[in-house]
Amino acid sequence: MEQYLQEVGALTMRWVRRLSREKFSMLFTLAQPMVFWLIFFGNLFQRTANTQVVQAPSYIAFLAAGVVVMTILNNGLAGGTDLLFDKENGFLERLMSTPISRTSVVISRFLFVMAITSLQVLVILGVAYLMGVKPVTGIGGVAVIILIGLLFGVGLTAISMALAFSVKSHGDFFSMLGFLSLPMIFLSTALVPLAAMPVWMAVLARLNPMTWAIDAVRPLILSGWAAALPKIGIVVIVMTVFDAVCLFGAARAFRRTLG
Amino acid sequence: MGSSVAIEVSHLSKIYEGEVTAVEDVTFQVSPGEVFGLLGPNGAGKTTTLRVLITVLRPSGGTARVLGLDVVEQATQVRQIIGYVPQERAIDRFLTGREHLQLLASLYHLPKDRASVRIAEVLKLVNLENKADEVARNYSGGMKRKLDIACGLIPDPKVLFMDEPTLGLDVQSRLKVWEHIRELKARGITIMVTTNYLDEADQLCDRIAIIDGGRVKAIGSPNELKSGLGGDVVTLTLAAGDLDKIEGLAQALKAQEGVRAVSVKQNVLDIRVASPEKTLPAILALVGARRCRLEFVDYHRPRLDDVFLTHTGHRIQED
Repeated sequence: MEQYLQEVGALTMRWVRRLSREKFSMLFTLAQPMVFWLIFFGNLFQRTANTQVVQAPSYIAFLAAGVVVMTILNNGLAGGTDLLFDKENGFLERLMSTPISRTSVVISRFLFVMAITSLQVLVILGVAYLMGVKPVTGIGGVAVIILIGLLFGVGLTAISMALAFSVKSHGDFFSMLGFLSLPMIFLSTALVPLAAMPVWMAVLARLNPMTWAIDAVRPLILSGWAAALPKIGIVVIVMTVFDAVCLFGAARAFRRTLG
Repeated sequence: MGSSVAIEVSHLSKIYEGEVTAVEDVTFQVSPGEVFGLLGPNGAGKTTTLRVLITVLRPSGGTARVLGLDVVEQATQVRQIIGYVPQERAIDRFLTGREHLQLLASLYHLPKDRASVRIAEVLKLVNLENKADEVARNYSGGMKRKLDIACGLIPDPKVLFMDEPTLGLDVQSRLKVWEHIRELKARGITIMVTTNYLDEADQLCDRIAIIDGGRVKAIGSPNELKSGLGGDVVTLTLAAGDLDKIEGLAQALKAQEGVRAVSVKQNVLDIRVASPEKTLPAILALVGARRCRLEFVDYHRPRLDDVFLTHTGHRIQED
């Protein structure tokens, strides 16, 4: 156990160090969702969006939950990227030739992605706060939002790592990520409520786990505990199933690459 | 441990998905303290064999043992006693040299004080002390290679595996790496390298296995292999106009006393002779008598590329 902690700690530390050496990229990663979506997109649609349709005091208030979950989505889906490079330049093989537990590399990556995602969710909620969106459930609500993010992030990161281990070239990896990310966003309630969507899109959006996550985060920001609790109950069930499916699917790729 | 064999590979085979046979029935043994080379062209199966030995690839058949430990059944124990220096520059360009070594030390579960001593040792060994705290992005190719080797040495391995240790290095860095390898050998480490450089196999390795098309074609010390060819090599290249005479000349040469073997490839005659000082004049006399014009004559002691050619039917860097 002590050895396991030593390995996982050192491997996680490596991800942190890498990030700290790439300050520019770190800034971009952190700033992108709020700049692009919350500030640009939010203000762009502030006046066109009908507050009756979105059922929120303002479009930005409506959008905040969507941007939070979008960030979780994008961080999770990109979570395998560094392992992809490790696989390609032989670093992963070097790690696997050492007497470490076969799970530590993957666990270190989960830990790192989860930590970064949580931090980013806090930053987004902070910026939203400055734009006048105050989560009505307070600190407790923010904590629950982060927990929902972790629950959703596990499955996403698992998919991303499995993909990184399975693809033949890293071009494939990035085009698949791009192919997954935007449809997931458009076919969810991140930008528009279900009621405002064409029926076929609303049907697809209901099948999207992201929609369930947003449906729980949004009342935590806009409505209050009474409205949020049933949604939280549902999202826990949905995400447990989602994570189980993702981890089960990813396990084969993990085993093949990590032995 | 106390095993008298450091590495034992027995009837090893590996068939990848899609039924590509990378390695077939490979058998060899490496004694403790030896520098053993797997020599072959790209795609010959060298790296596959090595990856099985470092426990990151499961063999499809056969067995492999390192100091008596099975690489599949006792993989974790094997990992504890081996070091690995990969082919690619497996370097994280955002980390410093020291951070690489700290990471590796933690993965081998060294306690902190033991780790810092060991890190200082290996940095000194590869002569990287003054660059240890610089990020690897700023390293030259030779320095990255040194760091690679340092990483492989962190566990104080009994057996070190190096995949193409000098691939892509300039001459000076190459000689430095060889020097390091000899130093490690002097410390009693068993070292297995893969290479497609003939001179590396010749000058660095105590013994080599020539591997081609996934199979071992010959094993022995470079000198054994060379003398196994049975004599020095005389090569005659005939002028293009005299190609029709080549078969007749070959027959006549085979009958000549002192000639051991003759092979013909296009307009080139490869002649093995026991003692060139006696046989060479006779060979040239035969050529003169048959009025064959020569384009080129070469005589040399057998080289490793002659060994390679004899055992595989082609030159190592033909393509």
